[in-house]
Amino acid sequence: MSGAEPLAEVIRVEGSRIVAVLARSLGDLTLAEDALQDAAVAAVEVWGRTGAPADPAAWLYVAARRKALDVLRRESERPRRERDATALADQLAPELPPPAVVQDDQLRLLFTCCHPSLELDTQVALALRNLCGLTTAEVGRVLLVGEAAMSKRLTRAKRKITVARIPFRVPGPEELPDRVAAVAAVVHLVYTAGHEASGQDLVRADLCEEAIRLGRMLTDLLPGQLVAQGLLALLLLTDARRPARTDATGELVPLADQDRTRWDRAMIAEGLALLDRSLEASEGLADPYQLQAAISACHDRAPSFARTDWAEIARLYRFLAEIHPNPMVDINASVATGYVEGPAAGLAALDGVAESARGHAWHAARGDLLERAGRHDDARAAFTRASALAPSGPERRHLEGRAAPGGPTRGGRPGR
Amino acid sequence: MPKYAALIYTQDLDWSSDDQAETSKQYGEFGEEAGSFIRGGEALYPTSTATTVRVKGGRGGEVVTSDGPYAETKEVLGGFYLLECADLDEAISVAAKIPGAWNGAVEVRPVIPMG
Repeated sequence: MSGAEPLAEVIRVEGSRIVAVLARSLGDLTLAEDALQDAAVAAVEVWGRTGAPADPAAWLYVAARRKALDVLRRESERPRRERDATALADQLAPELPPPAVVQDDQLRLLFTCCHPSLELDTQVALALRNLCGLTTAEVGRVLLVGEAAMSKRLTRAKRKITVARIPFRVPGPEELPDRVAAVAAVVHLVYTAGHEASGQDLVRADLCEEAIRLGRMLTDLLPGQLVAQGLLALLLLTDARRPARTDATGELVPLADQDRTRWDRAMIAEGLALLDRSLEASEGLADPYQLQAAISACHDRAPSFARTDWAEIARLYRFLAEIHPNPMVDINASVATGYVEGPAAGLAALDGVAESARGHAWHAARGDLLERAGRHDDARAAFTRASALAPSGPERRHLEGRAAPGGPTRGGRPGR
Repeated sequence: MPKYAALIYTQDLDWSSDDQAETSKQYGEFGEEAGSFIRGGEALYPTSTATTVRVKGGRGGEVVTSDGPYAETKEVLGGFYLLECADLDEAISVAAKIPGAWNGAVEVRPVIPMG
């Protein structure tokens, strides 16, 4: 163990497990986080001198527990106490519990962070902070909120969890399906946040792995919950293509041009098996995750871009649009239609997408269809519009490349 | 166990009038069903009977009153319960049985423990 980065990484990974144990024992996320924060500062100092201990998690837990006990002791001496600090102190196990208990605690904390009494954005922020171990500044970067504003939002949410007593537990069987769906939505957003930014920011690329870890936790600990299986299948079947999504310089490589030998075959196999199992259990396509996973599976199975089963993809998108109406789905359905029935049909379908939903993805899809229709000037104009609307990063640079005169006619990397 | 205020916001109705007999009956049923959680609560006369009091210029300053509620809104505070529940999940499940929850909305707020 040397250098600050691996140390920070150990603290991030182990710290998020310890916070879960402390939060459940203390019923107080703020106290848990503050205690860990203090322990992390101590760890950087001590480990920096002596090297990391054999079991960093155990070390961090003992240090954090001591900090928490200090706070509780001070509180129990106060004349007007907000809680029974002595009773809480007794609930803190002297040593870090075994991994199975830690994982159960992380699952409980995930349900707490994704409680329906919190706003969705806040749920995502809490999950990033407390389950993925991101710093407040990093959470802010991912969710495009300044550090001060994010800190305020997290503080407010933690206070609500504490004083309103949002419980640290896995909901009972009656509420469980709804609550798992809410958790799945948050885990999916964590993945999307990572995926959209992959190659641009390492912390964000890590989020893809964090989301998959949380997805695995859900399917492992709640094996009967199909939503979790569909979600994990979707994440695996999408993430398998991530290694080919960017080139050596971090530029975006569109699906058509990706080196398919770089796709993660083991991940695809795992995702396909999981999707099959979940489809068997639900007796057919039932929820949006399964459908999106099935669409992803079509791409993963295709031996080449030209041999993609676009008819099946178009069918799945139409089904998805019915049960989960969303302009992004309509745009993707139009693209698929363009490959099945020709670019004119795809353009006609795109015209049906609501005006308000015509962001960079809509213009990019239009540019692609126009180009395939041989309308190169119109295509460039569409890509220009798309790049102006796209967030900065690899995707915008890719679109700029396609908008440039003499740029690649289809899919290629932008000239620089 | 923590306490929660369940603040009931509905149309501005007169709960003392016979017109509200059906809803009042529903509240009676809620009171029996949730009796073990209820530590207090009252129904309020309509906002036309409200007086809003302010003291201008700090403590001891001029007392200024205005006729009507603090804020003119479509749905108004019409009553409240004080509930004692294990956690927010329990408080939400109890609040969801208050007739105001389907005639309007119920705001659940944790109570600061004193002493």
